[in-house]
Amino acid sequence: MRAKLLALMTCSAMTIAATAQAETLTIATVNNGDMIRMQKLAGAFTEQHPDIELEWVTLEENVLRQRVTTDIATKGGQYDIMTIGTYEVPIWAGQEWLVPLDFEADYDVDDLLPAIRAGLSVDETLYAAPFYGESSFVMYRKDLFEEAGLEMPEAPTWDFIGEAARKITDKDNEVYGICLRGKAGWGENMAFLSAMANSFGARWFDMEWKPQFDQPEWKDALQFYIDLMNDAGPPGASSNGFNENLALFQTGKCGMWIDATVAASFVSNPDESQVADDVGFALAPDKGLGKRGNWLWAWSLAIPAGSQKTEAAKTFIAWATSKAYSELVAEEEGWANVPPGTRTSLYENPSYQEAAPFAELTLKSIQAADPTSPTVEEVPYVGVQFVAIPEFQGIGTAVGQQFSAALAGQASVDQALSNAQALTEREMQKAGYPK
Amino acid sequence: MARAVSTRTRLVFTLIGWLVGFLIFFPILWTVLTSFKSEGTAIATPPQFLFFQWTAENYIEVNSRSDYLKHFMNSVVISLGSTLLGLVIAIPAAWAMAFAPTKRTKDVLLWMLSTKMLPAVGVLVPIYLLFRDAGLLDTRIGLTFVLTMANLPIIVWMLYTYFREIPGDILEAARMDGASLAKEIIYVLTPMAVPGIASTLLLNIILAWNEAFWTLNLTAAKAAPLTAFIASYSSPEGLFWAKLSAASTLAIAPILILGWFSQRQLVRGLTFGAVK
Repeated sequence: MRAKLLALMTCSAMTIAATAQAETLTIATVNNGDMIRMQKLAGAFTEQHPDIELEWVTLEENVLRQRVTTDIATKGGQYDIMTIGTYEVPIWAGQEWLVPLDFEADYDVDDLLPAIRAGLSVDETLYAAPFYGESSFVMYRKDLFEEAGLEMPEAPTWDFIGEAARKITDKDNEVYGICLRGKAGWGENMAFLSAMANSFGARWFDMEWKPQFDQPEWKDALQFYIDLMNDAGPPGASSNGFNENLALFQTGKCGMWIDATVAASFVSNPDESQVADDVGFALAPDKGLGKRGNWLWAWSLAIPAGSQKTEAAKTFIAWATSKAYSELVAEEEGWANVPPGTRTSLYENPSYQEAAPFAELTLKSIQAADPTSPTVEEVPYVGVQFVAIPEFQGIGTAVGQQFSAALAGQASVDQALSNAQALTEREMQKAGYPK
Repeated sequence: MARAVSTRTRLVFTLIGWLVGFLIFFPILWTVLTSFKSEGTAIATPPQFLFFQWTAENYIEVNSRSDYLKHFMNSVVISLGSTLLGLVIAIPAAWAMAFAPTKRTKDVLLWMLSTKMLPAVGVLVPIYLLFRDAGLLDTRIGLTFVLTMANLPIIVWMLYTYFREIPGDILEAARMDGASLAKEIIYVLTPMAVPGIASTLLLNIILAWNEAFWTLNLTAAKAAPLTAFIASYSSPEGLFWAKLSAASTLAIAPILILGWFSQRQLVRGLTFGAVK
């Protein structure tokens, strides 16, 4: 009896010791389909690593950004893994806020798409591992194009897009040729407009960090956008962001929509979209200047320098961004649900190509965006639809408000551009540029 | 003397009352209805009011994705804890201001209220740093403390208003009978001010339950209350209204039920002293 009791106590003590030894990783993630799927499948990881427990903090993108920025800037140490984007990585890595990531050979870091890897590296050191990558492209209604006698080329020009949008528009029946972002914000209308302006030959700053809104390229781009939206856009477009346009497109009110490649799976899902069978895809438009108007973004996993559990965090990141994870998702939920845009091998996989008809265009779009050389002319910054400096969030949103006002008819294009120029000059001067 | 009111006037005012009530309640009703729609139906135009295919899939999804009970318990502990702690501090403070005022009492009261005039985000960084150094980030104790501080001016003000209605002579009589200060507050003042204290308690539980700035910014996984539970269902890319509505319904249901049962007390407390 006594021996049994002793054995029982020893077992209990061992269990308690094992529990006490288990490391708990707190992971901050953004609320989107791929991340939620990762949470669901994380049981496979904890089975392989019983000594690691996972705690999730899921947040909407803007709240997440605010929370993780506060935490990392104050070295709060609340999170062991943070989900961050291509905007944060170069800035935070430069501040030495992130732990450099070096993985084992079987992780195959060379398999990462070069554009994505470049966006997440500083001095060729990887600071965040991409979980999924996205670009932007054109989604269009094949049936409306057919009715109008139009054919969408795989790589359209802005002139074609403008012409087609006006031709398709049938305002009496609430069909608008094109839906584009208009809601003010650096990650809202300015993501679209900065990428679009790149293809018009415009840039945010010249090599001396002087704002360029007084240059003709910006005027061409903004005038084109405003005219196009006035002629062929939906009413109230100045308050439309991704979700508003998604709802418009899914309910058959848009002929075209240029936005994130991640939208492809939403608009072609018959459970959500009334036009699922009639959606076609094309590359983002260009102006014949060698740059397309598409952006590049990757939600990535990084370890803040304040974390005490670096090794366990690295183990989890290696698992979540590995080829094996892609295979696990394919096995559990099908190839179409594998997080896109991070690895070359995924796009060479015939099963994936078959399951995701938009795969090739997504890859081409990602490859067409180079964060280190985003525009026609040379620039001193990194980033396609943003400028990777800490001041950009504030400046980008303020400029976005000017452009949104121009779209709403509250200011002229010239006024909006001159205000944008003045405010950017002022903020950059305050921030001490050129540095 | 009560004024004679015609049946017609009464009917009109009753109708207006119901209409205003319905308008105020409508957003909550719409949230509840949306929580039973599919994501596609939730954004349908024209909006569908009652005749849609009702589904409980959002509740199933929300329950499988998040630990509702953990968030609920955090909300209960934080809102109850902060309110009770606030009352313990505020009752003596309000006593002093109501029954032993000095010429600066009014200024002190206004100064207290002025702390509510600064947007909370203005002190986020200092509070965050203090919490970090004290090891209070993502703890229930930390949140209880900060919500007590945030709601204290309101608690003091409410109690001060109620206490002023109580005749000071009664307290004086207790003193003459030899009651100490503590006994005077606990055995004489508090029982007389029960309706006021109860409504202050209820209102502050509601305020703390719904507080969404500090609870979102100072928590991560362990102490996150229901506000964080709701916030995790918002998304700028992808449809989320139906799931968000289900999460919101689950989060507001307990406080709505509490409000429903205690409405008589709440209304009495809030209108206390309004009619003389």
